[in-house]
Amino acid sequence: MNLLPVLPILIPLFTASSMLVAWRSRRLHRVLGAAGALCNLAAAIALFAAVEREGIVVLRLGNWPAPFGIVFVADLFAAILVAASAVVGAAVAVYSLGGMDPERESFGYYPLLHILLMGVSGAFLSGDIFNLYVWFEVMLIASFVLLALGGEKEQMEGAIKYVTLNLVSSAIFLAAVGILYGTAGTLNLADLAVKLREVDNPGLLNALAMLFLVAFGIKAAIFPLFFWLPASYHTPHVAVSAVLAGLLTKVGVYALIRVFTLLFVRDPAFTHGLILGLAGVTMITGVLGAAAQSDFRRILSFHIVSQIGYMVMGLGLLSPLALAGAIYFTVHNIMAKTNLFLVSGIVQRDSGRLSLADLGGLYKDRPALSALFLIPALSLAGVPPLSGFFGKLALVRAGLELRSYPIVAAALAVSLLTLFSMTKIWAEAFWKPSPMPEAEGRRRDPAPATLYAPVIAMAAVTVAMGLWAEPAFALAQRAAAQLSDPAGYIRAVLGGGP
Amino acid sequence: MSSLILRTATRFVFPLLLLFSVFLLVRGHNEPGGGFAGGLVASAAFSLVVIAYGTDVARKSLRARPVSLIGAGLLVAAGSGLWALLRGEPFLTGQWTTIERFPGGPADLGTPLLFDIGVLLTVLGVVLNIVFSFAEEE
Repeated sequence: MNLLPVLPILIPLFTASSMLVAWRSRRLHRVLGAAGALCNLAAAIALFAAVEREGIVVLRLGNWPAPFGIVFVADLFAAILVAASAVVGAAVAVYSLGGMDPERESFGYYPLLHILLMGVSGAFLSGDIFNLYVWFEVMLIASFVLLALGGEKEQMEGAIKYVTLNLVSSAIFLAAVGILYGTAGTLNLADLAVKLREVDNPGLLNALAMLFLVAFGIKAAIFPLFFWLPASYHTPHVAVSAVLAGLLTKVGVYALIRVFTLLFVRDPAFTHGLILGLAGVTMITGVLGAAAQSDFRRILSFHIVSQIGYMVMGLGLLSPLALAGAIYFTVHNIMAKTNLFLVSGIVQRDSGRLSLADLGGLYKDRPALSALFLIPALSLAGVPPLSGFFGKLALVRAGLELRSYPIVAAALAVSLLTLFSMTKIWAEAFWKPSPMPEAEGRRRDPAPATLYAPVIAMAAVTVAMGLWAEPAFALAQRAAAQLSDPAGYIRAVLGGGP
Repeated sequence: MSSLILRTATRFVFPLLLLFSVFLLVRGHNEPGGGFAGGLVASAAFSLVVIAYGTDVARKSLRARPVSLIGAGLLVAAGSGLWALLRGEPFLTGQWTTIERFPGGPADLGTPLLFDIGVLLTVLGVVLNIVFSFAEEE
C-alpha cells in the first residue's frame, strides 16, 4: 500500500512527461497515449479491488503522519470513481487514435489528456482540501487548453466563457479554504470533520458551506451556475467533449458529496434542503434546455446539466439509499454520457455534420451504430433493464421514503422528457430519410475499429451495470454506508486516537 | 538589438549565473534557495543570451528543447519518490545517505535533492518555453 493509491496519478504523470521529452514524435505520443491509459485502467482496477477487499486505503506521502502531512485516501466512493474515470480515459485515448486530427496531436493533445486524467484522479483521491483545490487546478488548466486546442472561432468563444467562470469558481473555492483554515486550523479532511464539530458558530459554518456550494456548484454545473457548460461543450473536438462531459462535472459532484457528507452535516435542514431544491431546478432547466436544441451535441450538453440534478438530488436527500443511488447514477452517467459523445463523433465523421435537421438515414446506412447509440440513450432515459433505470429507481424510492414528493415528481417528469429528447435524436438522425442528396460530405467507408471498440466496450459496461444491477448496487450501498458514517474515514486517516 | 557591451558581458555573466543557479540548488537543502529559485536563475542566464545573441544561439546553447526539459524534470521529480519503495516505505519518503569523506566534513545526500533537480529542470523548461516563444514572435 506504499504506492497503489497514487498510481492513478503517477501513471498519467509519467506518461505525459515521457511524451513531453519526446515532443516531436507524434507516433510515440499515440502509442504512449493509449498504452498509458490502459496501464492507468489496470492500476485503477487494482486500487478498487484493494479498497473493496480491505476497506479504506490511506497513503501518507513521505511517511509524514496525518494531519500534518499530505494524505491520499481511497474509500469505496473515490475508488469507484477513479476506476470509472480510468475507463473513460482508456476509451477516449483509444478512440483518439482513429478520431484525432494530426494538428491537435502535434500540439500536445495526448499529454494534455493524461494531465487531465491525473487531475481527475488526484481530486478523487486527495484527503486534504487544499490539495483538492490544487488537483482541480491541474484538471482545469489541462481542460482549458484542450477546449481551445484547434483554435476555431466558435471554440474560442466557448473557451473564454468556460475559463472565466471556472476562474471565478476557483477564487471562491480558495477563499473558502482560507476561511476554513482560519476557523478550524487544519486542512486535512478527516481532521476538519473532527474539528468542525467543535466550532461553535453555526452562522459561519453555513456561510462556509454556501461558499463551497457555489464553488463546486459552478464546476458541477448546477442551477443557476450551469450556463458555461452548454456554451462550451459542443465546440471542441468530439473526443475532448466526451472526456470533459464524462468527467469534469462529476468531479464537482464528487467534491459536493464529499464536503457535504464529511464536513457540513450540522444543519442539514438548511444546507441539504437547499441542495435538494437546487437539484430539482437543475434537472428541469437542463431537460427543458435540451428540448429546445436541435444539434446533436448541444442536446447532449444540456442533458449533462439535467443529469447532474439527479446526482445532487441523492446528496440532498442524504439517506444511505439516496447516496447509493447518487453513486450508482454517477457511474452510470459517466459511462452513458461519454459513450453518447463518442457516438456523436462517429456520426459526425460518417455524415460530416451534427445538426439534426441535416442528418438522417443513419439507421439504414449504419444499423450497428444505431444500436450502439440506442444503448446509452435509452439508459440515459431510464429504460429498464439498462443502468439508468436502477439509478433513478433508487433515487425515487429514497425520495418516497423521506416523503419528498416534489423532487420525486420532478425526477419522474424529467425522466420522461429525457426520453423525448433521445427519441428526437433517434427520429431525426437515425430514422428519417436523409434530407441530403447522396454522397454530399458523406463517407461510405466504415469507421475504423479504434472508433468502434471504445463505444462497444462502454456500451457493454452500461448493459452489465443493468444486468448485474444487484451486485453493482450493493457495492454502491457499501460506498454510501462509508459516506454516511464518517467515523470510519476519520479513523482510517487519523488512526485510533483523537 | 545587438550591443557589443552586452554581448561581451553575457560571455562572462552567463557561466556565473549558471554556477549561481547550482549554488542555490544545493544551498536550498538546508537554507533559503532550492530548485525553483535555481531554475529561475538558470533561465535568467539563458534569457540573457536571448537578448544578447537571439533565440537561435540560446536554443543551441541549451541543447535540449524546453518542452523536453519540462518532461525530464517531471520524470526526475516523480522518480525521486519511487526510491522509497525499495525500502518498503511510502512514496516520496526521503532516503538519505551520509558521505563521510566530503571536503569540509561529512555531508548528507538524499532524494529531496533529486526532487529539487527535477523542479529546477521543470522551471527552466517552462520559463524558457515562454521566453523563446515571445522572443520569436516578432
